[in-house]
Amino acid sequence: MTALAKSSASREPISFALLAQVILIANSFIMLYPVVVMVLSAFKSTGEIFEHPFALPDFTQVQNFAKVLGETAMPTYFLNSIIVTGVSILLILVLGTMAGYAVARYESRTNTFILLFFLAGLMLPLKLAVIPLFILLRDLNLLDSRWSLIVTYTAIGLPSAVFIMAGFLRSLPAELEDAARIDGASEPRIMWSVMLPLARPPMAIAAIQNAVPIWNDFFFPLVFIQTDAYKTLPQGLTTFMGEYTTDWGMLFAGLTIAAAPITLLYIALSRQFIQGLTAGAVK
Amino acid sequence: MPVSPKQARTWKHRSWVAFLIVPPVVFMSLFVVYPILSAFAYAFYEWRGLARGEFVGLANFREVLFGATMGPTVWNAFLHNVYALVALMIIQNGGGFFLAWLLYKEPFGFRFHRIAVFVPVVLSTIIVGFLWKLFLNPNFGIVNQALYSLGLDSWAKPWLGDSSTALGALILANAWHFVGFPTLVYLAGMQRIPPDIIEAARLDGTSEWQLLRTIVWPLVAPSTTILFTLLFIGAFNWFEIPYVMVGLDGSPFGTTDVLGLVFYRTAFGNQSASIQNFGMGSALATLIFLFIVVFASMLTLWLRRREIQF
Repeated sequence: MTALAKSSASREPISFALLAQVILIANSFIMLYPVVVMVLSAFKSTGEIFEHPFALPDFTQVQNFAKVLGETAMPTYFLNSIIVTGVSILLILVLGTMAGYAVARYESRTNTFILLFFLAGLMLPLKLAVIPLFILLRDLNLLDSRWSLIVTYTAIGLPSAVFIMAGFLRSLPAELEDAARIDGASEPRIMWSVMLPLARPPMAIAAIQNAVPIWNDFFFPLVFIQTDAYKTLPQGLTTFMGEYTTDWGMLFAGLTIAAAPITLLYIALSRQFIQGLTAGAVK
Repeated sequence: MPVSPKQARTWKHRSWVAFLIVPPVVFMSLFVVYPILSAFAYAFYEWRGLARGEFVGLANFREVLFGATMGPTVWNAFLHNVYALVALMIIQNGGGFFLAWLLYKEPFGFRFHRIAVFVPVVLSTIIVGFLWKLFLNPNFGIVNQALYSLGLDSWAKPWLGDSSTALGALILANAWHFVGFPTLVYLAGMQRIPPDIIEAARLDGTSEWQLLRTIVWPLVAPSTTILFTLLFIGAFNWFEIPYVMVGLDGSPFGTTDVLGLVFYRTAFGNQSASIQNFGMGSALATLIFLFIVVFASMLTLWLRRREIQF
């Protein structure tokens, strides 16, 4: 590699570019092939999967999907995931914007303290506090309900949302507010009509950054939820997989259905997703 | 920001700011601060099911670290977490760094490769775990099928059932799942390096390897800091992949046992047997927690010191 790259020109040699290209293609193949096999296998019967694992199906056999959607609890899990993720994101945005706005736009001695308070929540793994959380939710009568998940996810997502919102709102010029104040606008009015319409991009980042881990979380439902009717997709999948261990066609169809929405959304909005998911790391 | 002092002192203004601040702070206090502090407190008590018993001091900690059955289990699991951490630092973060460098040059198909490497990241760990469990099935999985079709019959193995390969298989599944994350964080870090620095080095005839080692690697140090810290926290919280792929007991023969599984077993038990030991569970959680906080802070401080401003 070193020898190939040794060149007096600022451009690297063709052979090096070729090697890079080969590595990237091989890597993309490794990343995508398992996902492709999952989707292809969903259109096969169990027998076909075992006999011709690498063959292309004719895509006419959709009975696996029909069975998963018609005969199992997957639609319920799906709906629960949508409700839990949606309400959590909404709460994260509302509470995160409130705290972020107060910290960013009103100077006070407690600002740094409040920001540090949320900073602490950013790095601490709440997973390890699951026992007290379990007892607290039981005492609040929230255990084994969608709310148990919603409050937990909101608590996990809130710190990053406060940071994203505070960071952005701080960058807005004070003249905007001053002009509105001179016109006699109230503080809530300034926030709602002047500042928040400008804050849509960071809200989208905060929403995307939290949507994927919330949609995909498995640990908290495993501990908090017993009733089948409240299970979300990842936990529901384990129930589903337990019941159909020998029907591989059904298993792959279930996995495909569970993976489809977030994967398609990602491919459609890949730039925003990448920005959102790496925002916390790149600051 | 500049509100006149008179205005700032009015009751109306103060109640408005309080209205914004109080709900989020109360929410965080109730669902983050209180549970974390309680987790420490709970570790000093004996528990009977969900009811707190008497204060037992450090007995739970002693049992977790040195108890006849718990001690060896915990240390065995800890060792596996360390293996996973080291292996993932090399494969996942190191691999991410090199992939990012290849992508940095924006080669043909750049956008496609960037999307492809990140597709598994958006999948649920449960899906990734099940997918690889099916692929690694000794009789019908595509991994062994591929080896048979290549004539490498002797390489085929019951990957997850063999104690010499099970943990490695879990680590590789994890690396497949997450390698896109460090790749894109490093890529973003590389794109922030002023291009003329790299161009100047190239004109000086610096070799590719030297360029990476002496210029790119030091200048993406902030990305390294955050990625190592996140991986460290992730590795000692590892739970989902082992749980889904090989089960709650860390089989075969405890070779895939990790602290997350031991913690879950101790605290919430076998769901059908409903054995719950919240005291020992809390003690283990507290120890993992302190370990993560102490080492992650040390790691972060040490890595921060080697960062260069530019």
